[in-house]
Amino acid sequence: MAEPAGARTGARRVLAADDIGRAVTRMAHEVIEANRGLDGVAIVGIEAGGVWLARAIGAAIERIDHAIPVGSIDASLYRDDIGLRPVAPGAVSDLPFPIDGVSVVLVDDVLYTGRTVRAALDALADYGRPRAVQLAVMVDRGHRELPIRPDYVGKNLPTALIEKVTVDADGVVIESTGGSQ
Amino acid sequence: MTPTPSGGSASLLSIDELGADGVARIMDLADHMAEVNRRPNPKVPALRGKTVCNVFFEDSTRTRLSFETAAKRLSADTMTFAASQSSLNKGESLRDTIETIGAMGVDAFVVRHGSSGAPWMIDGWTTASVVNAGDGWHAHPTQGLLDAYTVRTALGRAAGFDGVRIGIVGDVKHSRVARSTAAAFAALGADVVFVAPRTLLPPVPSMPTTEDLDGVLDDLDVLYLLRMQRERMTEALVPSLREYTARFGLTPERAARLADHVLVMHPGPMNRGVEIAVDPSELPGAMITKQVANGIAVRMAVLFDILGGGASLEKGAR
Repeated sequence: MAEPAGARTGARRVLAADDIGRAVTRMAHEVIEANRGLDGVAIVGIEAGGVWLARAIGAAIERIDHAIPVGSIDASLYRDDIGLRPVAPGAVSDLPFPIDGVSVVLVDDVLYTGRTVRAALDALADYGRPRAVQLAVMVDRGHRELPIRPDYVGKNLPTALIEKVTVDADGVVIESTGGSQ
Repeated sequence: MTPTPSGGSASLLSIDELGADGVARIMDLADHMAEVNRRPNPKVPALRGKTVCNVFFEDSTRTRLSFETAAKRLSADTMTFAASQSSLNKGESLRDTIETIGAMGVDAFVVRHGSSGAPWMIDGWTTASVVNAGDGWHAHPTQGLLDAYTVRTALGRAAGFDGVRIGIVGDVKHSRVARSTAAAFAALGADVVFVAPRTLLPPVPSMPTTEDLDGVLDDLDVLYLLRMQRERMTEALVPSLREYTARFGLTPERAARLADHVLVMHPGPMNRGVEIAVDPSELPGAMITKQVANGIAVRMAVLFDILGGGASLEKGAR
């Protein structure tokens, strides 16, 4: 979400580091519960923002139960706005395990329009045919433009279109970008 | 900025215009494209709806097929124009030819031409992007980029080529490959030396030069051999091909001196027995087929960069 450089009218921290940690642990439990164990479950983070969260959820699942495969996928070559705005791919996709017949939990930090998730679904399909794909996000900020909904949510955060949401392991910050969107 | 029918706006004409940042950007993008190429179905939808036209006024096998494959793997449509089968034979001018093809709705022209500078002229006539696929003795930027990408992946030097020593050996004067490849290596920080007889060096070489291959051979990390164009013999620029091989060729004796980590590169097509007098498949560092394979990934990166909106070189803003 590249925002124009403008006067910031304030940033507020809505989640702190320990909130993130608790949300990750809860989402890990929910993944285990929803999948009735972890048979044939893998975690795939969407580049760039979803990868640290995928690793964190994967590590939490390993602490609670046992390790499952964790990978990453870059969806930039599948986006629907190529040519409309600069595309900056993240790190190269790293899916070192087959996904045919696997229940894939796609992970991103912020769910907004849903367009990145759509691109990631298309990218995933080029690697195989998962049994199911579920979606985990740390923040659902609303404003969906596609029929996509998350299965696991860290925090629902209603936002204005002019706001920018930043998520990392230290917490969640909402900034106003000063009116121009 | 002059927008093209579908919004693309950049061209790749030379390594110098791409700049060091641009070279690094293409290297990073090529990693993504190489990952696509390793998949069972090596195709992504990135350039759906874009049309790439190969316009070749000179013969070429690998460059034309490489660009065509690259465009198709990005889901672009491709057209090929071969000068020998065209209305040029009826007297149509280069400009009219380009404008005619452009009117069919082309987003990028990939141009190979025997005259230095032709891609710049074409770039001025069309709102489409232009990729220089070799112009005269002047430039062949995608060859330079694929050579740089080959060194980067083979030596694991994603952070840059500082301290990497590269010798480019042979007919530097008439070689667009030498110019673009040296520029791409240097843009990433390598130390490049041209090794050639004085008759085959340009009047103002862009890199340090030497006539003594044996004197620098043991210091090199990369030995880059240029094709010895046989037609140069008739111009008496070298006394004989045998003498050339003895002084500048990769002979069995020189191959035996190479450390295992030294990369041996050649842009193809090879003159076996002239610049390379050993079987390259027996050299541990031979990169020649890797260069060809990497060419597809790098050309995908270039096409995506200029048509996908990631390029910093905006047409009309230069």
